[in-house]
Amino acid sequence: MNPAQPTSKEMGAAQSTAVVAKRPRGSNLVARWPKTLLLAALVASFVLWWFSNHINPYYADILIKIGINIILAVSLNLINGYTGQFSLGHAGFMSVGAYTSAAVTMFVAPSLIGATPSTALTVACFVLALYVGGLVAAVAGILVGAPSLRLKGDYLAIVTLGFGEIIRVIFRNIPKLGGALGLNGIPPYTNLFWVFGTAAICTYVVLALVHSTYGRGFIAVQDDEVAAEAMGINTTRYKIVAFVIGAFFAGIAGGLYGHYTLSIDPKGFDFMRSIEIVVMVILGGMGNTTGVIFAAILLTLLPEWLRTFEQYRMILYSFLLVVLMLTRPQGLFAWRRKTKPILAA
Amino acid sequence: MSEFLQQVINGLSLGAIYALIALGYTMVYGILRFINFAHSDVFMVGAFMGFYAGKILPHESMLGGIGALVFAMLVCAILGILIERFAYRPLREGSKLTVLITAIGVSLLLESGGQYLFGADPKSFPMMFPSKEFSLGGIAISSNQILVFVATAVLLVALQFIVLKTKIGTAMRAVSFNPQAASLVGINNDVVISFTFGIGSALAAVGGILYSSNYPSIDPYMGILPGLKAFVAAVLGGIGNIPGAAMGGILLGVIETFVNGSRYSTYTDAIAFTVLILILLFKPAGILGKLHVEKV
Repeated sequence: MNPAQPTSKEMGAAQSTAVVAKRPRGSNLVARWPKTLLLAALVASFVLWWFSNHINPYYADILIKIGINIILAVSLNLINGYTGQFSLGHAGFMSVGAYTSAAVTMFVAPSLIGATPSTALTVACFVLALYVGGLVAAVAGILVGAPSLRLKGDYLAIVTLGFGEIIRVIFRNIPKLGGALGLNGIPPYTNLFWVFGTAAICTYVVLALVHSTYGRGFIAVQDDEVAAEAMGINTTRYKIVAFVIGAFFAGIAGGLYGHYTLSIDPKGFDFMRSIEIVVMVILGGMGNTTGVIFAAILLTLLPEWLRTFEQYRMILYSFLLVVLMLTRPQGLFAWRRKTKPILAA
Repeated sequence: MSEFLQQVINGLSLGAIYALIALGYTMVYGILRFINFAHSDVFMVGAFMGFYAGKILPHESMLGGIGALVFAMLVCAILGILIERFAYRPLREGSKLTVLITAIGVSLLLESGGQYLFGADPKSFPMMFPSKEFSLGGIAISSNQILVFVATAVLLVALQFIVLKTKIGTAMRAVSFNPQAASLVGINNDVVISFTFGIGSALAAVGGILYSSNYPSIDPYMGILPGLKAFVAAVLGGIGNIPGAAMGGILLGVIETFVNGSRYSTYTDAIAFTVLILILLFKPAGILGKLHVEKV
């Protein structure tokens, strides 16, 4: 499509969004009592952990995977869905967080708190490690975002993809972090409480941000970048903020993943991992947090149900992606129709 | 000195293959303004078609080699046209993001479908062309490398001829310049776009066979890295620009070969992306490209 000649459809869309500020799609419930729900989710994850000894280990394993995928998908949704920037490097940010937090608990923590620390100290150290992992991933987010966010759609996708590959090559070349073999012997700190607590906080942060006055800017950038800029929105700044917050939570998810699987290697964070997260966001509907959470759950369970069809999994994923784009580009779980503009052109 | 020249020759032959793949990216981008992610997998399919053609055709003969090339070009051209017809054409008026995601989906579908059809294990590519080593003052040149140079040069000249001198080439340039105006003067945009996909995919098939002749281990995921690097080459030369894509490919091939020969060889795969980020930072339009300003 020649950018100089927008079709009448595009012009209509641009006009209507300029007139009607679109409310971000998300459940009313969350918008009305965000803090209460956050508290409820935290309590629920605590209860879940309290009874984790009574849960079948197989189900507990799946639950933890679901929780980590929810964090990843919801945080990527801020970048890809709400802000409309197509990032293919989420696994890269995840790996930064995983390696950093593993390095903190394995190499830094013993010298800080001694060889036989109390439980409270260990927990504090774990939280610190996750936080540091998230922060370093966020810094990586700035490093990738600042130069490349001036680019549009396809270019951004390629640069973020390239970033994921570069990160992988770098980790492969650091002997201290295990090189190509990976890092083994990470302490097993992750449990259901940490995973679902983080997932709740991540969802809360993303939703609260997007529903705030400041956060309307993300949706403005997604709707029409040129129009947003004309309204005085600093689009580059919004894109970088989205990238940094997304990368931060991806980093924390990586930390949780590392302290759960106890061994990480660069191959585990490749392009395919990024694609899996992207498929969750697209299946759930870009900019639809509830849908994305459902999609994260579904796409974690699906391979378990289809265990016997393991070889067809990627065929199914890719086929789903194409068919979805051709028939339902708004996502599988977008059960409500887009709010109709009042002054349709 | 001779080692330096040897590296240049190796780099040029790798770069020529990148150039062939980059042409497909750049042509599609020039007309439709989107990155055909599936192109790298058409390249893979081309290599596999060469592999299967090698089961019937005679090995190490010029005739067998050319037969494999023609067969792979035909299959890939049809594949490229089909992909455009069924995946991209219904979305032509849609948002760019939708098309991009579809392209990624098609790419994954070809990879996983290839894994199912061809098998996941790497296969060794047969010697289709007669192979010989020549020595020129201490520099070794294989017949494969000469073949790569000749094929790339011939195809580039042919492509320039098609684009600049023929009727369909004029139509291609018209569609690239302004699709609406082109259809107003009686150009059938669909035919032109199908033709572009066909040509680009056929070039990718040639690239696939030549690449596998030099690196004879093929698997369904072989296309990802060369494809991405060829894309970087297209951006480096200025995307949408045919001579630029050739130049970018050759430049990138030489850079990569030199890095591979240095003590930073473990970083080879990261080089292309570093080049990409640098070029996008300092000269986003590429070496030969023109910068377009987006208007409302």
